[in-house]
Amino acid sequence: MADQNLFTLKIVTPDRVFYQGEVSMVEFNTTEGEIGVLKGHVPTTVIISPGILTITEAEETKEAALHAGFAEILQNEVVILAEIIEWPEEIDEERAKHARERAEERLRTKTPETDILRAETALQRAMARIHVIK
Amino acid sequence: MASMRDIKRRKSSIQSTQQITKAMKLVSTVKLQRAKQNAEKSNDYFRCMYSTVQSILARTKNLDHRFLKAGEGGKKAVIVITSNRGLAGGYNSNVIKLITHGELKDQDLCIYAIGKKGKDALQKSYEIRADYSDVIEEPVYADAMAISKEVLEGFAKGEISEIYLAYTGFKNTVVHVPTLLKLLPVEVNGSVPEGGEGSGEETPMDKALMNFEPEDEEALNLLIPKYITSLIYGGMVESVASENGARMQAMDSATSNAEDMINGLTLLYNRARQGSITQELTEIIAGANAIS
Repeated sequence: MADQNLFTLKIVTPDRVFYQGEVSMVEFNTTEGEIGVLKGHVPTTVIISPGILTITEAEETKEAALHAGFAEILQNEVVILAEIIEWPEEIDEERAKHARERAEERLRTKTPETDILRAETALQRAMARIHVIK
Repeated sequence: MASMRDIKRRKSSIQSTQQITKAMKLVSTVKLQRAKQNAEKSNDYFRCMYSTVQSILARTKNLDHRFLKAGEGGKKAVIVITSNRGLAGGYNSNVIKLITHGELKDQDLCIYAIGKKGKDALQKSYEIRADYSDVIEEPVYADAMAISKEVLEGFAKGEISEIYLAYTGFKNTVVHVPTLLKLLPVEVNGSVPEGGEGSGEETPMDKALMNFEPEDEEALNLLIPKYITSLIYGGMVESVASENGARMQAMDSATSNAEDMINGLTLLYNRARQGSITQELTEIIAGANAIS
């Protein structure tokens, strides 16, 4: 029965096809909040905000850090157009930690020139990366 | 008739040029393979991007959005993608001609140059707003993001009214099409880069029912910068492939031209050698005759 709940997930980035396969559920962060998609979802296009992407396959689950892009959800297919996405093994932990510190520093010592939006997304990105490694 | 030594010198100089052109051809063949793969790999992404953006635009025809109408005042911006190096046949001059002789002729433009050759050729008559020549050596998506961010900022501030992209489309190894593409305001079903003819997989039903989260206008705000970025990236990748293709062709014909010249010179050289031997013999015989 489980097989009937599978749908196709395709994740493409500008320079490669990141993932392609049959999955039962995919979860990620959007600008409107976190969503989980099962088979037979209403056709929707959502914009992605930095977070963790969880792919639930028939047998195992996979995680990746997804930072930007958008997703097109159709009844039997989900296509994620990711500008930046990484598997845990591709992430440089040290760099992510530094980036988190920098972003936190910038948010703490706020000056009128601080680009708060940028610092916040940088922080979100760093957090997603660090979380995915663990 | 030129002396034997002159001909020999000329021949060896052409031979060494031929070796260089041959080597350059091999190098660009290898680079072309890689660039072609890159261009093909990124095609999927653009196809999806294009079909999504078009489907949103198709649904929201009457939307009064800042990205859908030309800004008032301000210059027209052109992002010009050329190469940093020459010796690629008409590759660079074809792109430049698009601007100096195309539909934007004689208008007040500001240029965002990607590639040194384009910058050098256009800086006499136009304002160069920015120069990103380094990125064309190895285009990565992050570079395209930085460029699109900058032009969109200019657009938002009202310094720029329209944005164009001049690049060379890569059809196949021998066919490259210089293309001028309007990025902003976005045109519904306007001209598209290669591979942008809709995805064809989805049924019209799917499209009709498509929801957007957030709402259309917000979605456009977020999507269009991504769309522009992907077009710029696509332009860069295709231009690199075309550059190497054009250079390969140019070097191939240079090598065969050198071959022809060498053949001609070999003939001349042999004739000159024959002539000098004949002349020496005649002199010796004449000398011997004089003594006896």
